[in-house]
Amino acid sequence: MFIRVLLFLAALTASFAPRADAQEKSIVVASTTSTEDSGLFGYLLPIFKQEMGIDVKVVAQGTGQALDTARRGDADVVFVHARSAEEKFLSEGYGVKRYPVMYNDFVLIGPRDDPAGVAGKDILTALQTIKAAHAPFISRGDRSGTNIAELKLWQEAGIDIAGGGPWYKEIGQGMGAALNTASALNAYVLSDRGTWLAFKNRGDLAILIEGDKRLFNQYGVMLVSPAKHPSVKAALGQRFIDWLISPDGQNAIAGYRINGQQLFYPDADDPNA
Amino acid sequence: MGAQRGEPGRSMQSDASALHLILTGDPALFAIVRLSLFVSLSAVTAAALIGVPFGAMIALTPFRGREVAIVLLNAMMGLPPVVVGLAVYLLLSRSGPLGALGLLFTPPAMIIAQTILVTPIIAALTRQTIEDLWAEYSDELTAMNVGGLDRVATLIWDGRFSLVVALLAGFGRAAAEVGAIIIVGGNIDGFTRTMTTAIALETSKGDLSLAIGLGIVLIAIVIAVNALAWVARRAGEKIAG
Amino acid sequence: MTSDLPIRLQAVSVHSGGVTILDRVTLEIDAGAPTVLIGPNGSGKTSLLRAAMGLLSPNEGCITWGGAGSVPPIRRALVFQRPTMLRRSVAGNLSYALRIARVPQRARRIKELLQMVGLAAFAKRPARRLSGGEQQRLALARALARDPDVLFLDEPTTSLDPASTQAIEEIIRGIARCGIKVVMSTHDLGEAQRIAGEIILLHRGRVIERAPAEAFLHSPKTPEARAFLARELLV
Repeated sequence: MFIRVLLFLAALTASFAPRADAQEKSIVVASTTSTEDSGLFGYLLPIFKQEMGIDVKVVAQGTGQALDTARRGDADVVFVHARSAEEKFLSEGYGVKRYPVMYNDFVLIGPRDDPAGVAGKDILTALQTIKAAHAPFISRGDRSGTNIAELKLWQEAGIDIAGGGPWYKEIGQGMGAALNTASALNAYVLSDRGTWLAFKNRGDLAILIEGDKRLFNQYGVMLVSPAKHPSVKAALGQRFIDWLISPDGQNAIAGYRINGQQLFYPDADDPNA
Repeated sequence: MGAQRGEPGRSMQSDASALHLILTGDPALFAIVRLSLFVSLSAVTAAALIGVPFGAMIALTPFRGREVAIVLLNAMMGLPPVVVGLAVYLLLSRSGPLGALGLLFTPPAMIIAQTILVTPIIAALTRQTIEDLWAEYSDELTAMNVGGLDRVATLIWDGRFSLVVALLAGFGRAAAEVGAIIIVGGNIDGFTRTMTTAIALETSKGDLSLAIGLGIVLIAIVIAVNALAWVARRAGEKIAG
Repeated sequence: MTSDLPIRLQAVSVHSGGVTILDRVTLEIDAGAPTVLIGPNGSGKTSLLRAAMGLLSPNEGCITWGGAGSVPPIRRALVFQRPTMLRRSVAGNLSYALRIARVPQRARRIKELLQMVGLAAFAKRPARRLSGGEQQRLALARALARDPDVLFLDEPTTSLDPASTQAIEEIIRGIARCGIKVVMSTHDLGEAQRIAGEIILLHRGRVIERAPAEAFLHSPKTPEARAFLARELLV
């Protein structure tokens, strides 16, 4: 009787098993929450699968976490947006080569009525104004590409943000969570444009500063070194990278729109990127 | 608005409500539901295979430190999922001891993590059920010369209703859990994305109405499983008494 | 085929929590007419039955069954004062007992046993929903399912109404007529009279008197026996 119950349970469970697709041709890409949350991968990967027949499994974490995942050998390719961190990764021998892929930009989000009065300023002055006014500011605090860029901006503005203050709130989470928190607290937050455009819980928030060239955000892709981790699917991973920087891939990236607006600008051929 | 839909199995329509997804039979939604059930049911099955005999054994075998073992077992019902997720992640990572198995970021990794979380629940509840039953039955079973495996089987069968509740408690825990499976599974679209991890994702994307809709679907499914168990019990009662 | 009879207790003592429950009991139980244990509450009737069944290990002395020590309870059965029903149907309880005792052709035997104890109509009912008297009868049937040489019964009719009591006594007499040795305890002298072949009086863990039923009831030899018959021996 007991056996019958167990067999039933096992059969029931097996009926829900996912189809054993040809998981042979697949790679794991460690990437950022901004590329995932903006919907870029949802758009791009089916195109790639159709053209090359390779399944791309994206694990979306912050830049810092993605690079750590790659260091452990748990990803084949890493696709993030913090050049300094990427260079460090390469210098440690974990990556083969860095290829620039695309850029987007950051925007400063804040309450529509702008209590600190930052609209119209450049980003560095705006940050100084926010600090002076002790206006609530949400930081991701998660070693993501966005977080690294944010910290760099505070530094360029001549502010030592490490001391912080109760107005500066580090939440240690992704972009979406940061926007949710900013929406709830009516606070300022630095976001990538892609996540903002895809974000639905805006509350009273709006873009207050954009276009400042310091807000430019470059993405790079690297193959994890098979020398460090022999289990890396080097051939398949390289094919993904090659496609991203090929005209096909670059056109696909440019073709992704939200509300008719392009989010990511391909620049694989830019020698300075 | 809405990103272009890719092939079936890819992201759900981003601005559709959960109801709309159900009614149009969105394949991405159904794939997610299916994976959730597969992971949680597998975990409960594995946990039952380990936990029921283990719980029965602790209930019936006197050994030194038994009281301590019971306290620990009960405490493990409250294992924090994120901690279990982290531990399993470190075990299964390519840089970890079991890395060669290549299980990280796959459904089996999620099943392993949830099995670890659910087994103490089933074992602890089984232990209590069997112990209570033994207190009631020990005279009769000893007088009938029922020993060893027969004794365990008898107690498990007579305690079947309480044990089913233990399994349902385990299933509830597994189905509701997100902390462990998001770490070891990676919430990969179309591959390791379950109801709970999808809800976490939609919440972080700010699509709260979709997240709540998915939450309602999840609750409905858990209720359905419990209802099925109740129906099975009624049918069983009619047949066997 | 070895039998569990005679059951010999030799200077058996049982202590618990500083109290002596059985005090150097030496006794032999042989095949034959029913043996009925009587005595006030706390006199050790239940403990004596459990010891003779093999459920209670003596602190001193020894017990043998058919000449052998520590014989597993295969050819003997005990009906507890408050029997525990398994969470199955009436037929399920019997089927279980038969399976444990490795009796073949269970379906036929279940029908016979239910017939014998008058529970045939209740075969499919959950056993726990039976009345006290019905549960006692099922416990009897369960014990008989083991095809025992010796049947112990611990105050089988104490908590029952007169009608159930009569039914149970009738079944017990039937069992005794089949040749099964019946050893039971009771605090009802009338019942002892109705069923006993021989009576054993217990008091404070000791065997006071043992005699054929008629002899005991009409010409008791010990002062305790006389006091008990006069309903003056209470503790």
